[in-house]
Amino acid sequence: MGKTSFTILVVLPFITSFLSLFLGSYIIPPETILRMIFMKLISPSTHSPWPATYETIIFDIRLPRIVLALLGGVALSVSGASLQTVFRNPLVDSYILGISAGAGFGAALAIAVIPYAVSIQLSAFIFGLLAFFITYSIAKTRSGTPIVSLILAGVIVTSLFSAGISLIKFFTDPHRLAGVVTWLMGSLAVSGWGNVVSITPSVFIGFIALFLMRWRLNVLSMGDEEARSLGINVERDRFIVLLAATLMVSSFTSIAGIIGWIGLMVPHMARMFLRSPDNRVVIPASACIGSALLLLADDAARCLTTYELPVGVLTTIGGAPFFLYLLKRGGARAWRE
Amino acid sequence: MERVIVEDLSFSYGYGFELRDISLRVKSGSIVTLLGPNGSGKTTLLKCINALLKPKTSCVYVDGKDVLKMKESELAKLMGYVPQSHSPVFPYTVLDVVLMGRTSYLNIFQQPSRADIDKAEEALKSVGLYSLRDRPYTEISGGERQLVLIARALAQEPKVILLDEPTAHLDFKNQFKVLRVIKEVARKRDVAVIMSLHDPNLAYLFSDVIALMKDGRIVACSDPNSVITRENIRAVYGIDAEIVDNGRGKLVLPLEAV
Repeated sequence: MGKTSFTILVVLPFITSFLSLFLGSYIIPPETILRMIFMKLISPSTHSPWPATYETIIFDIRLPRIVLALLGGVALSVSGASLQTVFRNPLVDSYILGISAGAGFGAALAIAVIPYAVSIQLSAFIFGLLAFFITYSIAKTRSGTPIVSLILAGVIVTSLFSAGISLIKFFTDPHRLAGVVTWLMGSLAVSGWGNVVSITPSVFIGFIALFLMRWRLNVLSMGDEEARSLGINVERDRFIVLLAATLMVSSFTSIAGIIGWIGLMVPHMARMFLRSPDNRVVIPASACIGSALLLLADDAARCLTTYELPVGVLTTIGGAPFFLYLLKRGGARAWRE
Repeated sequence: MERVIVEDLSFSYGYGFELRDISLRVKSGSIVTLLGPNGSGKTTLLKCINALLKPKTSCVYVDGKDVLKMKESELAKLMGYVPQSHSPVFPYTVLDVVLMGRTSYLNIFQQPSRADIDKAEEALKSVGLYSLRDRPYTEISGGERQLVLIARALAQEPKVILLDEPTAHLDFKNQFKVLRVIKEVARKRDVAVIMSLHDPNLAYLFSDVIALMKDGRIVACSDPNSVITRENIRAVYGIDAEIVDNGRGKLVLPLEAV
């Protein structure tokens, strides 16, 4: 990776975050925002000469929402890149494999029955993992997991858990229904520092694990027998990849609902940008591009119309055509030219 | 010195016997070729030796150690496996593919170091493909891929190298070239080589010992001159062949299917 592309990638999320602070339905003069950021960095404790509302909007609404989008982008993209590698299949991510729907079902179940943050995440994790295993066992054949079977199995599992979510909505008592519905929109509007703090550890652990395994991901992508003969305990290592990916995605899903396509698109963008499939650079690049992209999508979601759009809808509008484009170009070859 | 010992190996996929009563000894620095028609059990035997398939009882020993009792990483340091060349999904560079040979020396969270890269480059040089180091592995020729996979096995610094049909899908020249490299590796690095071939002429040219296989058994196992005979070729391949001997070597000249 050249120095220039490295710099671009690392700077990307920071610039996007900075600019995102200026966007929103409540108009605050940009120079005031600049001064607020400056003051906050220099001396956080001094009394502010601007309205308290400004303070709340910038630092307690926009900033945590930005951080949440960054975390979500990392979770979805890095898990997508890892899953594509271990399944030797450039057309999968946590959404396609049904992990997101499973996690969504788990979260909905917990929100409807036992509404405490920790148990929501745990339940999302367990059902995300369960969904994956169902998809995998449907698609698995003696000689591997064919691309088409995996995608079809994912569709089946996703619709199964979506039906489950509908059932939960149907039976939830009206007082709790609002919580489920807000969350189901697939939106980052529910953020706040509490949410950010609660998912940071899971995303962080998952990311560190996959980041450190980035070389091993290359070897795992050569196929089971070859990876084994090169000295890898394939079952164990693949399971760790899967746990890490599910942990990240399910904890983010438990807060923001099901947001698709980011995990599918971003790894391809990273490979195209770097002109390399080497996970030693693709994993960190996916984290940078993914966080910036989800943040941009969320900016669009809150600024495009007077209403707040669900960001999941926007990522799907952008992602579905991208998926078709990859399919047409033969998936694996898509980033070679 | 006897590097690999296979004793009374039998293996079954669950329906009928695939391999029965296989015994084999391979000295370091020598080449043993498993020769036989398709479906005679050559690949299955190689996979059993490399513990990719697991026979019910222990019967494969490398330097006296049971391969079934070794961890994957431990075995990979002793034994390199060269599969039939294939096209991976992701177009890694040639150097990155060879570098994968260093995996067994790294723990799960470790990246290859400068020293590992040096070793991979050295392996690539020894098969004469250093100039291809930055090319995508998916875009080089079949013969080059086979050599890259051999370089990857060399990067493992093993004492034994197994090769599954290293000449499959290669043209006349590349078959010869790849086998020359294999022979050089065996002699120079004192590595025990076990490979499978289905062409008796190539096996004759490049082996120290030929194990002739049919229906999951070894029917003859000795030096090439005593194994490549009219009777053996007829028994194993079902072909009547003349063995032409010009004093410098033998050539199997097929005459008629029996």
